[in-house]
Amino acid sequence: MSPAAKLTLGPVLYNWPAEVKRDFYFRIADEAAIDVVYLGEVVCSKRSSFFEPYVPEVSERLARAGKEVVHSTLALIMNEREMETVRALAAAPDMRVEANDISGAALLAGRPHVIGPFVNVYNEGTLEVLVRGGADRVVLPCELPVGSLEVLGRAAGNAELEVQVFGRLPLALSARCYHARAHDLHKDGCRYVCEEDPDGMALETLEGDGFLAVNGTQTLSHTLCSLLRELEKLRDLGIGCFRLWPQSVDMVAVAGIFQGVLDGRDDLAEAEARLRELVDIAPFSNGFYHGREGADLVAAETFSPAG
Amino acid sequence: MSGTPLELVCPAGTPGALRAAVDAGADVVYLGFRDETNARNFPGLNFSRPELRDGLAYAHERGCRIYVAVNTFAAAGNPGPWHRAVDDAAELGADALILADIGLLDYARRRHPETRRHLSVQASASNPTAIAYYHEAFGVQRVVLPRVLTVTEIARLNVQIPVETEVFAFGGMCVMAEGRCTLSAYATGRSPNMNGVCSPASHVRYEQLGGRMVSRLGRFTINEFPDGEPAGYPTLCKGRFVAGGCAGYLFEEPTSLDASTVLPELMAAGVRALKIEGRQRGRAYIAEVVAAFRRAVDAAARGDPVPPLGLGGMTEGLRETTGAYTKTWR
Repeated sequence: MSPAAKLTLGPVLYNWPAEVKRDFYFRIADEAAIDVVYLGEVVCSKRSSFFEPYVPEVSERLARAGKEVVHSTLALIMNEREMETVRALAAAPDMRVEANDISGAALLAGRPHVIGPFVNVYNEGTLEVLVRGGADRVVLPCELPVGSLEVLGRAAGNAELEVQVFGRLPLALSARCYHARAHDLHKDGCRYVCEEDPDGMALETLEGDGFLAVNGTQTLSHTLCSLLRELEKLRDLGIGCFRLWPQSVDMVAVAGIFQGVLDGRDDLAEAEARLRELVDIAPFSNGFYHGREGADLVAAETFSPAG
Repeated sequence: MSGTPLELVCPAGTPGALRAAVDAGADVVYLGFRDETNARNFPGLNFSRPELRDGLAYAHERGCRIYVAVNTFAAAGNPGPWHRAVDDAAELGADALILADIGLLDYARRRHPETRRHLSVQASASNPTAIAYYHEAFGVQRVVLPRVLTVTEIARLNVQIPVETEVFAFGGMCVMAEGRCTLSAYATGRSPNMNGVCSPASHVRYEQLGGRMVSRLGRFTINEFPDGEPAGYPTLCKGRFVAGGCAGYLFEEPTSLDASTVLPELMAAGVRALKIEGRQRGRAYIAEVVAAFRRAVDAAARGDPVPPLGLGGMTEGLRETTGAYTKTWR
């Protein structure tokens, strides 16, 4: 039997108003079956200052509720001001930090830390180097197929591995802001138009098919990844942490569904049906896990969840 | 201002292109093996081991160096092809390895400490702390900078790091941070990081639909063209999409990078080498682009104005951009 699985909540990737975000986390603290909560701006440093005043009270409430709080760094660090935010996190000895750029891992070397999903860990050689540097949990890139997860699960030793099991797939980062560009603006004078789209700005093909979602400088999938059906197999492979990416749906209810399946309490088919009912912003996908197009949804009957 | 010429690092996907680049004045030719270990894993391209041996001899006899890119991320459970690529390149006498994967950098440092290690653009090292990490942990001596930095940011970076920098000067341009983009894998299941391909031809289809030509990647429409207009290749991030009711090139127009107009600024910013993209290009293209950049680099080194390259016909969509080197691009 593998050790108790942890359900985690990745950082909010979108530009939600600070008060909305605060209330979201208060509710997570009070009501959600989540073990680990990641806080912090990962995508755009221009947004960082909005939520910062709320971080102490939000962290405290989450910690009081028994949740592990992890502070996530920016994923793309291009200037001194951005570097300074990472340095400040790394310099606070009592903070647990998720490094989303290798610079964060370098600053945290020698003390326990989390490697975020924006650092490229594709194989056991890389995993070993990062664990040697002090990583005690590694969040794996979203495109890894089950075969890679299996190898990494065996190679992880005492380090925990985390895989994203719910939410839009974070596909790309850029220096350029596509939200601003779509509004005929530049990044420097962006007017924070990204705030209009709590799940990202829909980007469709010319034929009207949902394709991608734009979140400022980040591009995500249109589909929402769901690995509800794959949870049991993931646990068998030695994956211990399961990440839900916040979307503008009832995340407390989403967490409840995943926790119910992880605990073996709930029937899988019923849980899937409830998840589908709850999450109507886009169809689900699980293609990357199955080694196919990330946009694909491999139907339940074409694979056995037990392996 | 005058100074040491920028090192001109030129692409080759075939032995013929390698000779063309050397003959046209390249200081360095970079190339990869014919498999998933390099980020230009296209059918019919790249080098076998004997071809690399011959290429090394041809280049070295003419004072030119060869860098070998092993710059995808090794597959979990199957590091063999990547380790062999590093071993063979080092043993055949490559002048440097261009690497991105941390596990592979570690392997190369342990097994071939005497072979120079450069950090590929695919590692996306965009700040001094990241670059210092790769230098200290793996002895990296040069970093190819991601195409996300402005010239001012590059200048600031160069005074803070203990290694040389190489920047992209011409050719195809990723608009996303390299090594951190899985868009193509989302649409095709073939990954830039794992398989070394982006928007692969195997997944491209053109379809004639009542007065227009539709280009698709996997099952997604990337662009459409009225009859009579040339249909461009459906590179995902250069496609036309709809957002907020408007159709347009949401990420980037089909442009090429051309940094020739900022060569003096790049020199002043402390850049050591210029990289030309295009290992998938033919001999004629390589010869013309390399020769034009040879003239430009030498002019800049003498402190002369950089002559117009005259490469308008060579660029994608016949348009050029200085890309991220200018802040307004963002």
